Amino acid sequence: MRIRISAFARIREIIGAPELERSAPAGATAGEVWQRLTAEFPRLGELAASTRLVRNGSFVAGESELNDGDELALLPPFGGG
Amino acid sequence: MYCDLTSEPLDVAMLVAAIRSDATGGLVTFVGYVRETSDDDRPVTGLSYEAHRELALAELRAIGAEAETRFGPARVAIVHRIGELGLGEAAVAIAVAAPHRAAAFDACEYAIDELKRRVPIWKKEHYRDGGALWRENVTNEPTPS
Repeated sequence: MRIRISAFARIREIIGAPELERSAPAGATAGEVWQRLTAEFPRLGELAASTRLVRNGSFVAGESELNDGDELALLPPFGGG
Repeated sequence: MYCDLTSEPLDVAMLVAAIRSDATGGLVTFVGYVRETSDDDRPVTGLSYEAHRELALAELRAIGAEAETRFGPARVAIVHRIGELGLGEAAVAIAVAAPHRAAAFDACEYAIDELKRRVPIWKKEHYRDGGALWRENVTNEPTPS
């Protein structure tokens, strides 16, 4: 299945693009897709535990299963205010 | 309630006008500005902010609703700037109107504390020496993924 990934702030800079698409096996979870990305971009490793995952506009836990065409947003620790 | 993200300079008087009514006895504003030094004392030339717009607006509205009910009746306005900001520019402005000042102070502090903790906005500090760093709020709670 195809997952559309959107990246913000430090994650966007490390990946080098605000959006990208990756394939994942059926039944893959949000956390697994994020893990594969941290393997592909090792500099994401420092953010592995602190990044929040958003599936189709809602915060989800890593165990949340994805469907084909889902959007997964990667939110590093916040810095507003 | 009035909540927004904007790339335009913040207008505190507009926020006050949006929430003040004849029921208002006390009105508190908080404005956060771009400061000339970082927390680790590096000279700062400016900040850039970006947001997950949809989620940030939803979270601002949730915080506004909580602040309006938790401390007694109150009306809340929260606006955060995004984009490139120079020294002295306002990055965030919060206004709270209530019948009495205690609720307005408490709700205003609640709103800025929760904003820093919960709203998906990111800040990059630009330094006079040419460097730049993403700065995280210390209130963040890591979420295992």
